[in-house]
Amino acid sequence: MAPHTEQLTRPAVRLRGLTRSFDGRTVLDGIDLDLPVGQFTALLGHSGSGKSTLLRAVAGLDHRVSGSGRLSAPERVSVVFQDSRLLPWRRVLDNVLLGLDGKDAERRGRAALEEVGLKGRERAWPSELSGGEAQRAALARSLVREPELLLADEPFGALDALTRIKMHNLLRELWERHRPSVLLVTHDVDEAVVLADRVLVLERGRIGLDLVVDREAGARGEYRARLLAALGVTEDIR
Amino acid sequence: MTTTTATNAPPLAEPEPEPGPGPKQGRPDPDHRVRRRRSLSPGKRIPAARLVGPALLVVLWAVASAAGALDPGAIPAPWTVVESGVQLWTDGTLPADILTSLQRAGTGFVLGLVAGIALALASGLSRTGEALIDGTVNLNRAIPTLGLIPLFILWLGIGETFKIAIIAIVVYIPIYLNTHAALSGIDSRFVELAEVQGLGRFRFIRQIVIPGALPGFFVGLRLGVTGSWLGLVVLEQINATSGLGYMMFQAQNYGQTDVILVGLVVYGIFGLISDSTVRVVERRVLSWRRTLSS
Repeated sequence: MAPHTEQLTRPAVRLRGLTRSFDGRTVLDGIDLDLPVGQFTALLGHSGSGKSTLLRAVAGLDHRVSGSGRLSAPERVSVVFQDSRLLPWRRVLDNVLLGLDGKDAERRGRAALEEVGLKGRERAWPSELSGGEAQRAALARSLVREPELLLADEPFGALDALTRIKMHNLLRELWERHRPSVLLVTHDVDEAVVLADRVLVLERGRIGLDLVVDREAGARGEYRARLLAALGVTEDIR
Repeated sequence: MTTTTATNAPPLAEPEPEPGPGPKQGRPDPDHRVRRRRSLSPGKRIPAARLVGPALLVVLWAVASAAGALDPGAIPAPWTVVESGVQLWTDGTLPADILTSLQRAGTGFVLGLVAGIALALASGLSRTGEALIDGTVNLNRAIPTLGLIPLFILWLGIGETFKIAIIAIVVYIPIYLNTHAALSGIDSRFVELAEVQGLGRFRFIRQIVIPGALPGFFVGLRLGVTGSWLGLVVLEQINATSGLGYMMFQAQNYGQTDVILVGLVVYGIFGLISDSTVRVVERRVLSWRRTLSS
């Protein structure tokens, strides 16, 4: 199904006139946005453009931030942060199970770890994991809750280039299998084009560009150029 | 294959090649071979390193005593001390004194421990608690606890109660301070994580706050254990009619240096045992940290 036909059904996330400001400085300036169910959306922007503020608003993590507007999001939301945020005093499996109840929780936790390629590391301490492994564990922790919406705040920003490519493949694979709606915040244009079906550019508190990526066409260079132009970056290496 | 960053890095310096037939076979530039750097680390550990110094001291002491170089009135020979110790033990005075002292230190320590933890939790987990408790404890800390002895004697009499109260105060302060600091130093990112994972308040405290504060608590615990012995020694030597300190005080009146030394040895043994017990418990409980230091 192409992403734009799904828009006919009720969206997973709906923002209407969402405004957020810090100390009188407007960061989000009346954003209207629908994220269709099951769509993989990337949100691009310069640092300080408010993309994390938007994500935190959708996640319900912006206590003590002034703002207005209407916002609806699904019941089951998972967040992946830039750091893996594993509790150092819990073993990997117990980290994945954090906040999870029920008899088959452990079985689901093990399955999630297997899915991200960490089978056999259930009893390891977080300090024994490499950066990529820790981020896989964080992915498992968010997956095991079977989220309707997965929010990811520059989840691969701290990884080295090779690990990042592997993680891109893993994330896309997991998304294809579980089909949650995804909102991925990133400042990496290539990452956005490689992963997402739709790329938004946040600019001065508003959505500056809304681009649907046709993944079949393979014209990534063109998308890349348009996104970079929207971000005000010119590439003159000749 | 999941590990991508944990590949084995090559050693920083290759061992120097054997200076065999190398240069003769036309190796053009011998100056460019890698020279092994001089190691700046102190080298391999000596087994049981901690015991070497004390053992050497005892040997010196024994040799000097045997040679008659020490005045037996000031420093009796090691075997005299052992003899006195055995004698005091068999006639029942030493076990009775040890028991009294242990009861004092133990009761005071437990009370201080409970009070320190309770106050730290109350002040670390609620703003009202913090407003009521934190300033008060810091005021208490500013007054040297041993300076409270005269007042406490007037309030509580010269019996056991005042001694236990003083020890409890000496113990609770470091436990409170370190636990409270650790509680308020919990990483805000973990608080955010708890919100995302939908933890309730009780689970948040049990699964994040308490384990996160444990390292700080153990620092306080070790200071508290040391403090309980310190308080005990002072209290028993100033005003007591029983206990190890009293035994030593009496020995001072009769010029029995060997008995004083027996008392000091017993204090030392208790200090060592209690400190290493805390260490063992700490290593068990904080086993997740060992992976960092080892």
